[in-house]
Amino acid sequence: MNTLPRWVLLPALLGGLFVLLPLAAMAARVQWSSFGALITSDASLSALRLSVQTSGSSALLCVAVGVPMSVLLARAEFRGLSLLRSLVLLPLVLPPVVGGIALLYTFGRQGLLGRQLEVLGLEIAFSTTAVVLAQTFVALPFLVISLEGALRTAGTRYEVAAASLGARPSRVLLRVTLPLVLPALLSGTVLAFARALGEFGATITFAGSLQGTTRTLPLEIYLQRESDPDAAVALSFLLMIVAVLVIAAARRRVST
Amino acid sequence: MSRLARSFSAAAVVMLLAGGCGGPDDSTSGAEDTVSLQVHAAASLQEPFEELGEAFAAEHDGVDVQFNFAGSSTLVQQIQQGAPADVFASANPENMDKLVEAGLQGSEPVDFTSNTLMIAVPAGNPAGVTDLTSLTEDGLHLVVCAPEVPCGAATETVEQAAGLTFSPVSEEQSVTDVLNKVTSGEADAGLVYVTDVAKAGSAVEGIEFPEAQEAVNIYPITTVKDSENAGLAQEFVDLVSGPAGQEILDGYGFVGR
Repeated sequence: MNTLPRWVLLPALLGGLFVLLPLAAMAARVQWSSFGALITSDASLSALRLSVQTSGSSALLCVAVGVPMSVLLARAEFRGLSLLRSLVLLPLVLPPVVGGIALLYTFGRQGLLGRQLEVLGLEIAFSTTAVVLAQTFVALPFLVISLEGALRTAGTRYEVAAASLGARPSRVLLRVTLPLVLPALLSGTVLAFARALGEFGATITFAGSLQGTTRTLPLEIYLQRESDPDAAVALSFLLMIVAVLVIAAARRRVST
Repeated sequence: MSRLARSFSAAAVVMLLAGGCGGPDDSTSGAEDTVSLQVHAAASLQEPFEELGEAFAAEHDGVDVQFNFAGSSTLVQQIQQGAPADVFASANPENMDKLVEAGLQGSEPVDFTSNTLMIAVPAGNPAGVTDLTSLTEDGLHLVVCAPEVPCGAATETVEQAAGLTFSPVSEEQSVTDVLNKVTSGEADAGLVYVTDVAKAGSAVEGIEFPEAQEAVNIYPITTVKDSENAGLAQEFVDLVSGPAGQEILDGYGFVGR
């Protein structure tokens, strides 16, 4: 702390206030007398349940494909690797609505794969699967970027040592590489979950909006804003609490 | 200063204010000598109003008409929160009532046009939709507006008038979202406004139904209280509700009063 110049305090404080003040301003608008009723309505509860379920599923999907992707990006060496990295991280900088349009033209009924999927009896449009796909699309880069960074920082020393002692590649990956980056894997997963929880643009463009099927909490908030601003504020506050709880839980897991 | 630099410094000032929770008023608005008339209008009015705005600017030297198109309830909220507004045109009486209840109208609101619902199907009508009843068929992907928004309220009215119960695959946030689901072929049918079908051109086909007359959507317009350009605002309202405005609106499928 002693090596820190004193002047960083002011911009840091300003930045902190800039984030906290709007949250406090929103909390001040919550109608506490009706808060309980507003967040326990049928529509709110089903939106909350759907949000937690779909975000959980997308976080798992992100781990399933994101871990192998990160390992490849961090360890493999081939031409075009850096281009590939930029491309898979693209959803990070794309507006989510663009992701939604892209997904629509891939998995929609008239999309690139839509007809083949329909032949297989899989209809993705307007289903909960569409929500999970939209969330995974936007959340995946968050896991990949944090895990790949950690893998690069960790280096290959231990992996080389394990291999020279006769460990097979799978064993090295599961017993040496992944345990080393476990904190980053956990925080990356939480980040992906949180991003999925807040997903709005891709979902509304690609999956539609129907209570209990595709209307997640952010969609419900946006819809309630039309007719009942108090309910929208109450739900926003609820979403904020869920997000804070998730981050707090993750912090504890990572630090212990 | 370039626009970008101005936005950047405005954001920086806002951050400083957030830090100080107040502070000096900044009035750094552009010192150009043109007057800009701020018109807040329902999203469905975009095309005819842009045309009307050009006509208005052509008649008034040094006047620039700026539009804010969004859902009517969003616009009311923005005006209540102090967004600079001279004219407000709503897609339904309910949202105009909200503005009047807040005492923000500059004059008595005038009903200036109307819109009705229509069935929209993708070009070629792949699901063979003929009327409202065929929208209840099993396996048909019907998309409508959510009851919370005006087009959804109108949908519920025609549903009751026809004695039907729809089971839509999606209840969208806005009529534009419904239209997009139809033009992209994701939905077999959607309930949208006549003006939306006109706007979509050859991508969709429209099917009229008699029950639509039960849910005619009326559009009111008014000037906004404390407008700095009250005279101009009233002239714009008069243009919209006068014969020239009505002709332009009719051209987009609206039905004059």
